[in-house]
Amino acid sequence: MAQLSAITATGLPDDSRPARPGSRWLAVLRTPVGACAGLGLLLVLALAVVAPPLWSGQANRTDIGAMLQGPSARHWAGTDNLGRDIFFRVLVASRLSVELALLATAITVLAGLLLGTAGVLLGRRAVRLVTAVVNIAVAFPGILLALFFAVIFGVGAKGAVLAIGVAGAPAFARLAQTLVAGIEQRDFVAAARIAGVGRVRVLVRHVLPNIAEPLIVNAAIGAGGTLLAFASLSFLGLGVQSPGYDWGALLGAGLTGIYEQPIAALAPGIAVILAGLAFNLFGEALAKGIGLTTTLSRVPLGRVRRPVRSSGSVESVVDNDGGPVLEVEDLVVTLPGHGAPISPVCGVGFRIERGEAVGVVGESGSGKSLTALAVTRLIEEPGRVTAARLRFQGTDLLTGPARAHRRLLGTGLAMVFQDPMTSLNPTRRIGRQLAEAARWHDGLSRAAALAKAVDRLRAVRVPAARRRARQYPHEFSGGMRQRAMIGMGLMGTPALIVADEPTTALDVTVQRQVLDLLAAIRRRDSVALLLISHDVAVVSQVCDRVLVMYAGRIVEDLPAADLAATARHPYTRALVAAVPDMRTDLDSPLAVIPGRAPDPARLPAGCAFAPRCPLATDRCRTEQPPLETDAEGRRVACWHAGPVAPEGAARERDTMIAAGRHE
Amino acid sequence: MSELRFEDVTVRYGTRRRGLTAVDGVSLAVPAGEIVGLVGESGSGKSTLARAAVGIAPLTAGRVLLDGRPVPMHGRRRPVQLVFQDPYSSLDPRMTIGASIGETVPRRDSATGSALDRRAEIIRLLEFVELDPALAGSFPGQLSGGQRQRVALARALAARPEVVIADEITSALDVSIQGTVLNLLRDLLGELGTSMLFISHNLAVVRYVASSIAVMYLGRIVEYGPAAQVLGDPQHPYTRDLLAAVPESGHPAGRIADPTPQAVADAEPADPHHPPSGCHYHPRCPIGPLVRPERDICRTTAPGPDHRQHAACHFAGSPTTSQATNTPTPTARPVPVPGDPTI
Amino acid sequence: MTSLTSASTIGAARGLADNAAARFVARRLSRFVVSLWVLLTAAFAMIHLIPGDPVRAALGISASPALVAERRHALGLDLPLPVQYWHYLSGVFTGDLGTSTVSQLPVGRVIADRLPATLQLAVAAFVLAIVIAVPLGALMGVLTRGGRARRTELAFTTTSVLLGAIPDFLVGVVLVWIVGVHLHWLPVAGRSGVDSFVLPVVSLAIGPGVVLARILRVEMIAVLQADYVRTARAKRLPALAVYLRHALPNALTSTITLGGLLLSTMVAGTVLVENVFAWPGLGSTIVSSILSKDYPVVQGVVLVYGTGVLAVNLLVDVALALLDPRSTIRES
Repeated sequence: MAQLSAITATGLPDDSRPARPGSRWLAVLRTPVGACAGLGLLLVLALAVVAPPLWSGQANRTDIGAMLQGPSARHWAGTDNLGRDIFFRVLVASRLSVELALLATAITVLAGLLLGTAGVLLGRRAVRLVTAVVNIAVAFPGILLALFFAVIFGVGAKGAVLAIGVAGAPAFARLAQTLVAGIEQRDFVAAARIAGVGRVRVLVRHVLPNIAEPLIVNAAIGAGGTLLAFASLSFLGLGVQSPGYDWGALLGAGLTGIYEQPIAALAPGIAVILAGLAFNLFGEALAKGIGLTTTLSRVPLGRVRRPVRSSGSVESVVDNDGGPVLEVEDLVVTLPGHGAPISPVCGVGFRIERGEAVGVVGESGSGKSLTALAVTRLIEEPGRVTAARLRFQGTDLLTGPARAHRRLLGTGLAMVFQDPMTSLNPTRRIGRQLAEAARWHDGLSRAAALAKAVDRLRAVRVPAARRRARQYPHEFSGGMRQRAMIGMGLMGTPALIVADEPTTALDVTVQRQVLDLLAAIRRRDSVALLLISHDVAVVSQVCDRVLVMYAGRIVEDLPAADLAATARHPYTRALVAAVPDMRTDLDSPLAVIPGRAPDPARLPAGCAFAPRCPLATDRCRTEQPPLETDAEGRRVACWHAGPVAPEGAARERDTMIAAGRHE
Repeated sequence: MSELRFEDVTVRYGTRRRGLTAVDGVSLAVPAGEIVGLVGESGSGKSTLARAAVGIAPLTAGRVLLDGRPVPMHGRRRPVQLVFQDPYSSLDPRMTIGASIGETVPRRDSATGSALDRRAEIIRLLEFVELDPALAGSFPGQLSGGQRQRVALARALAARPEVVIADEITSALDVSIQGTVLNLLRDLLGELGTSMLFISHNLAVVRYVASSIAVMYLGRIVEYGPAAQVLGDPQHPYTRDLLAAVPESGHPAGRIADPTPQAVADAEPADPHHPPSGCHYHPRCPIGPLVRPERDICRTTAPGPDHRQHAACHFAGSPTTSQATNTPTPTARPVPVPGDPTI
Repeated sequence: MTSLTSASTIGAARGLADNAAARFVARRLSRFVVSLWVLLTAAFAMIHLIPGDPVRAALGISASPALVAERRHALGLDLPLPVQYWHYLSGVFTGDLGTSTVSQLPVGRVIADRLPATLQLAVAAFVLAIVIAVPLGALMGVLTRGGRARRTELAFTTTSVLLGAIPDFLVGVVLVWIVGVHLHWLPVAGRSGVDSFVLPVVSLAIGPGVVLARILRVEMIAVLQADYVRTARAKRLPALAVYLRHALPNALTSTITLGGLLLSTMVAGTVLVENVFAWPGLGSTIVSSILSKDYPVVQGVVLVYGTGVLAVNLLVDVALALLDPRSTIRES
């Protein structure tokens, strides 16, 4: 049981952090739980070392005159049927209990490791056999295996050590196998093999160091489990035999007299639990210290907090049928960071007219996806959204309870996410996933909602829609899944489709199908589209207007047709130039953007692009350029924005190429 | 300078009853000193072919030859090296990048037979891929994706390979980094004269680096020829389909009349576990039996590479073909409308 | 629109699905049968793996060689090994598990007498553990998701780690002391009325129950971050529908995958709990038989326990297949 929970607690360590193992182990001891567990473990081990030489005398002294006494000042935990002091017997028993448990754990770890890593060294057939044996053995609970082996190895301490040790091996072997398999899948093992590195060296240099941490953690937790297992066997009378005694044996002896003298059973019981816990908690603390990952890429889930109006006058709600579908002003998304909260989206504002297609491009980390989630109110606590204005189809999303907007957003807004495999619920049939929204928002009956779902699947050209509706997502191909996602959005009467990297996970030919479908839907019902993509080509192909984002801000807002030729922001130009297309000049090197996108926690003062910008001047490094609207309605945030003469652009490009060399 | 040649290579996984033929009788040559691009969609078997060339995917049939001799798959000398797609998975997080590169450095210089100074060699390689040699002591976790991919490249070059296989090496990188890796690649290979098989799903990237292009579909090469010809005058309908799908600025989707029949446009990619009979492409082919019912041969017989640019198509280059692709027919497909009762 | 393409793809897809389910059933059944055979062989081999002469060991050093030989003959240990194996296998399939060397009763009878008590105990504990785990784990997952309600999380984690770390027989001992000795509320030994079930069942179920709840909480939190839950929220479903329809089934799937073994642990846990509560089941039988070296009984009881564990595992697999259609094709 304890071992099992350990397996769930630990996986492979995350390698995104610098590998400095020593400091991480120490850091564990600095946490409160880690410190307590470490101290407890140290105490248990110290007790096991010092107790027998110090207190064996008191523990074994029989006193016929003081048999079966209760707790007293002289005998803190009373005496047993020979008048021996139970408190001291419990202390002295720590030696045998801990020693035997560690011995058995050593057997478990050694045997498990041999079986588990055999796969790296042996041939395929031998591995299959080992795996099959482990698979069958691991299905049986440890205590049952221990009983089985106890019969074979005989009753007594030696037999019990062997029995418990061997009984634990399958579970440990399975764990090791799982970890090894995880490492072997990684390309660096393949790379080592291609380089001609031998099997033994692959095991020693590449596999073992990467699975050592979870194995050590599980061995520590396993030692706790072994301690308890040993107590069980001794308690049953199958472990340590008289005159020797461990905690289990004391417990077994104490239980028979629990009515007269409960302390005789409770004292060793408490000792077992405390010692077991010390091992267990220590392992868990290690696991937590090592396996913990914090990522900002994922929006944490929580209650949706209503976006807060940041400033400006409260607008009255007007139903503007001809007005924009979406209006956003000064949108800020705040997430908790290490230490101070960070704002990966900072002061974004735009509007989408009815039927308009607006694209958002930028590198990863530019805040484009967060913007999409924020305007659709899908960011939850502890993330926070503030805005000066956030209106969807004329309704102010900043006022009123979330409940009030549920139907409006549920029917008027469609969302398509990047990965159609993970975005559909794997355990529910496609048809029911589509039907759900109609049942909640339109109050349709189950049959009517399902019929509508089939109709919508047909509308997104899923062949044999009626039968497909009864299938699960894994029975669909990637493109079909994305169509089903779009169909889900069409269950209502959407005025806006927000598509977050909808084709990034798809092949080019399928990408074209999905983009065609989106375009067709837009044309028919003049549905607006907000398309988020890293691919400039996709956005310029599909959209009317493009917002270029960098470091959480919009740096340029321009018609898609102007993207290739007349972009005014150096970042936009760089982004376009860096992507080779079918017309790229083959004889000159590709343009590159030197450096890395800034960390949202450490944004530079002034323009965030300045450190990578070939045009940057001192002003750029100190003063944030505002997003200015020009006469044609294009917006750009750059001190050096302006129509660039062809020769200027060429020089800029050369600078970027040269700079890229020294990234 | 060496030539890598795949001869009738087949890679099958799983049992006979429900297995997967990832690579199905592929013959392909990477001429000495050239960069051959290999394109295809996911599941086409291009990565498996790469892995077969370095011995980490088992050959079911066929041979992989280097200058006419089988590529050595055992021992220290490995003249064919592979650079992986994901630089986060291809470097051991517990090893410094210097150690990772050093592991691949051969003990002796194969040309002179003299012992190699591993440390000097690591520094030389890091400088070669335009990284600061001081980075040798750092762990992969401290490097950016682009830097990691350069380390991976340096590690492959450390083995002094005759041929390097690059498997989607830029697809895990941000667009702003992609260019640096591609530029570096072109420079290095020009300098070393190493041959390369460059695998990518991105035609524009392949076009930029490769001198010849092979197109793979469901385990088979369907077209192979000089880059300019394959891209400029594609013979196989699948190649044309791929080219048409490349998003181009200024060619908005669905706005130009696309001659593709609706049935073809909506066809799902085939399942590699259950490849279609005959020509694998026939259920999606705009000039195949789906559109022209009399072309039953596509369903029954797999075409050989007997046409210009080795196009494996029964009707490659036939006059009707070029007409169908170049000029929109009067019966251009109706604009697909959601909810249209006819669909 | 039914083009040839879609028809053929669909045909392939359907064939795949049907085959997958059929293959899954076949695979699980064959695994069950193979495991059963391994179990039988292990039970048979057990007696031969004991170092030295098990008969001599059972009878003691003082027994006469004649008696030993006679007993060996009675147990069939003087026959060639393959013959013994054949006798054993055919015996098992005809319900003949040998004779107890202590009570001289047929082992089948001994087991038939004791099995109901153990079965009732195990099934009741099984149900209780699930009744504890599912609502508690799901609720805790929802309450503490995304790093919220830190105090609740700490309280729950601490309690569950403590309770989960205490082995069932020690929980039993403590319960005996509190409820039986102190409060005199419930009987603490033997199997009489319904109230005699309470303590053994609780001590058996509470550990696995809280550990399962803990796993479910973690899985629930992970699932609540999944893309498809975001999709469900993008559909603007009410929170309860998101939790119950989209999150819980998926969290349960992974919980069963990880925690299925815990349920079979409870089968084996009866051995200890029965000894604490003097429960007249197979658990007390196997321990006394090991101590008295009554090997035929030990063999028989091991067989029954092993079969019980395998049956639970099969049940877990079936539950998994019902909850998650992918599991039928996922692993080979």
